[in-house]
Amino acid sequence: MATLKELAAKEELFTGGHRLCAGCGIPPIVRLILKSTDARIVATTATGCLEVASSIYPYSAWKVPWMHSAFENAAATISGVQTAYEVLKKQDRLPGGDKEIKFVAFGGDGGTYDIGFQALSGALERGHNFLYVCYDNGAYMNTGIQRSSASPQWGNTTTSPAGAVIPGKVQWRKDLTRIVAAHNVPYAAQASPHNWRDLHKKAEKALAINGPTFLNVVSACPLGWYTKGQDSDAHVKYAVETCYWPLYEIEEGVLKVNYKPKNKMPIADWFKMQGRFKHLFKDDEGAAKLVQIQERVDMEWQRLLDLDGMRL
Amino acid sequence: MKECKPLALGGDLPGGCADDYETGSWRKFLPVLDRDKCIDCLICWVQCPDSCIIVEDGKMVGFNFEHCKGCGICDEVCPPKVKAIRMIEEES
Amino acid sequence: MSTAKVAKQTATGLTGNSAVAYAMMQINPDVCGAYPITPSTTVIEEFSSYVADGRVDTGLITVESEHSAMSACIGAASAGARAMSATSSQGLALMWEMLYIASGMRLPIVLCDVNRALSAPINIHCDHSDTMGARDSGWIQLYSETVQEAYDNMIQAVRIAEDKRVQLPIMVCLDGFITSHSIENIELLDDESVQDFVGEYKPERSLLDVDNPLTLGATALQDSYMPLKHQQSNAMKASKEVVIEIGKEFGEVSGRSYGLLEEYDLDDAEVAIVVLSSSAGTVKDAVDKLRAEGKKVGVLRPRLFRPFPHKEIAKALSGKKAVCVLDRADSMDGFGGPLFKDIRAALYADDNRPKIIGRVFGLGGADFNVDNALDVIGETIKLAAGEDVELFRYIGEGQNAQTIAGC
Ligand SMILES: Cc1ncc(C[n+]2csc(CCOP(=O)(O)OP(=O)(O)O)c2C)c(N)n1
Ligand code: SF4
Ligand code: SF4
Repeated sequence: MATLKELAAKEELFTGGHRLCAGCGIPPIVRLILKSTDARIVATTATGCLEVASSIYPYSAWKVPWMHSAFENAAATISGVQTAYEVLKKQDRLPGGDKEIKFVAFGGDGGTYDIGFQALSGALERGHNFLYVCYDNGAYMNTGIQRSSASPQWGNTTTSPAGAVIPGKVQWRKDLTRIVAAHNVPYAAQASPHNWRDLHKKAEKALAINGPTFLNVVSACPLGWYTKGQDSDAHVKYAVETCYWPLYEIEEGVLKVNYKPKNKMPIADWFKMQGRFKHLFKDDEGAAKLVQIQERVDMEWQRLLDLDGMRL
Repeated sequence: MKECKPLALGGDLPGGCADDYETGSWRKFLPVLDRDKCIDCLICWVQCPDSCIIVEDGKMVGFNFEHCKGCGICDEVCPPKVKAIRMIEEES
Repeated sequence: MSTAKVAKQTATGLTGNSAVAYAMMQINPDVCGAYPITPSTTVIEEFSSYVADGRVDTGLITVESEHSAMSACIGAASAGARAMSATSSQGLALMWEMLYIASGMRLPIVLCDVNRALSAPINIHCDHSDTMGARDSGWIQLYSETVQEAYDNMIQAVRIAEDKRVQLPIMVCLDGFITSHSIENIELLDDESVQDFVGEYKPERSLLDVDNPLTLGATALQDSYMPLKHQQSNAMKASKEVVIEIGKEFGEVSGRSYGLLEEYDLDDAEVAIVVLSSSAGTVKDAVDKLRAEGKKVGVLRPRLFRPFPHKEIAKALSGKKAVCVLDRADSMDGFGGPLFKDIRAALYADDNRPKIIGRVFGLGGADFNVDNALDVIGETIKLAAGEDVELFRYIGEGQNAQTIAGC
């Protein structure tokens, strides 16, 4: 695994000058993943903050070949690109000669858990050789913080607002990493950019594998979480320290928990720092909800620990 | 700086030319480096969302103010015992 | 510029879908995104056999939806591959979003659409609602009358789409069941001639050119969206000449030349019927009957519908006394079918413009026979004679029409 000095010496493949918010959590994920292989990378991105803000005509932040076509089809699009590569390579028709190319699709949680889920499932099942990276910021941020199936329970979003009767998003979040793993892909993992070593290692692993791989990476959104831009790195760290976002991987069917906090941070301590949960700290009803959320986080964490080292 | 010239067809662009786009004017706060304190751990480099930490020969040498949006992440992630970066108010 | 040598041809009998699949096999596209839907299913089934038997080098992506089929074609075409697909009806409807993206990104994808009605009610039979719904999507559209023409159009489509002046996606349409599933006599070119005709695809740009990284499908705001659309619109306009050129060149190879329109007994006709695809055959039969009685009637069959050959159509119909446009689709706007309105608009500036009516026929596979055609021509003759004839209505609605309220 490369050190930061070595990584910094490698060419920057996602430039500055993009229009993502100050303090957005997405770019560090993208930058690091693009540096996690010595092969060349060709990428697609689903419509969303990353795509829009990195490609405003005539400025593109992508120094790797990159395309966007729509919101729900990053996985289908990369299927086409990757299949074209295989066919052209066999016939010696690649424009730059025969170079090893890795294919990466990026999508937000909306473009991955929700509208792009079918295309993702299809591409995984067909077994294309590509890495799918979901940057999960827990809502449709680009359109103004609407709920997704990744949004946290009782969080405030613009389509699950904390109202007088319904205090935020009613449902628990979808466990996409496990659902992806159930496609029996060779590698699926959850990561966080604050632990760059873990993320880099996972990206390296995924990019070295021949077959469909998946990384679900938590990504802070100061705008949608109602947090300060400077704290983005801290927030994703807390997501991991609370066990809300466990770091784990499922490699060839075997689950491994990569990080076990010595002292689990209470979920309320993290939620308190985010405006999207502000309403839960006003009254007893909110307090009761926080207790329930804590119980659920504990239960899910325990379930994961029970599976640690097991073949699923 | 290289010229950012759109291509012939359907909105194609040459990759990477956002480099030419200035986002420094977004800044309200400015990161300042105390080179004497810096240990070159480069954690700021990996966490900067705007690829603004300039590293030469493995050393953190400063910021790209063309792009730096002044988010303050570099300051926050600089190890507590080091604290080589601080944010000061941008002069308007 | 043509170096065409005459092809060896084999006469045989094939269904429209088999002929299309055969053309695809001979073209040997790099990537095919495939999803089944009646009546186009057998195109991709037969093509899958060509893949399974190693007769093509195509990467066949058996996607999980038509939306993904077109998305995969868009990805493949962006990667500099020759990409194709086939679909019908709901499948084309599901692709709708991606159709606009394919043309906006200027990707020369070839799509065969076997025309079928749109739900609801669900119906698997022929009409043109599906492709008419895509008429403003920036795709070139060719409508085929026969199995032969569907086959010939597939081969020409590749060249039209990939022409440097065009670089737009193209749809080859044939009538569901009527053409797709009936066996007709057909002459097939030899494989080598097809390969020579389509040539090797040399894309102007490729996502796989890793040393020259491109960004495709960027965001374009108020300052750049419109000029990019303008560029696309110009390419669409320019494609008409290319369709003509390629149609001629194809004639040199095959002995079958194609233009934008087919005129049948039209020159001296006083009354003309305009109709697309297979139903033109039915109207031609009716015209033969009436010509035998000395009636001056004729048929205009546009082969190219998008871009709309408005000048050529106006010229062909100028001076006629009356015209009836038959639409196998309704715009559901109380003002007739899409072909009717486009043709009416094309004639507006003509000083010798004919009187014109529109009739919607054959929706969901409703029968359209020679008697129906004779009725329509009869009405148009009345219109020519100065009688009052309804501007727009449905004809030949099927046996259950009496039992359905409001018809
Ligand atoms: C078919 C379609 N539906 C809706 C939209 C509008 N839309 C664009 S981006 C977006 C949300 C993206 O959310 P997510 O995938 O979570 O990414 P983020 O914005 O958070 O980066 C939506 C709803 C669209 N572009 N296409
Ligand atoms: S809204 Fe959130 S996810 Fe989108 S650019 Fe801003 S910080 Fe990033
Ligand atoms: S303030 Fe933000 S944008 Fe500027 S150098 Fe620091 S981390 Fe990068």
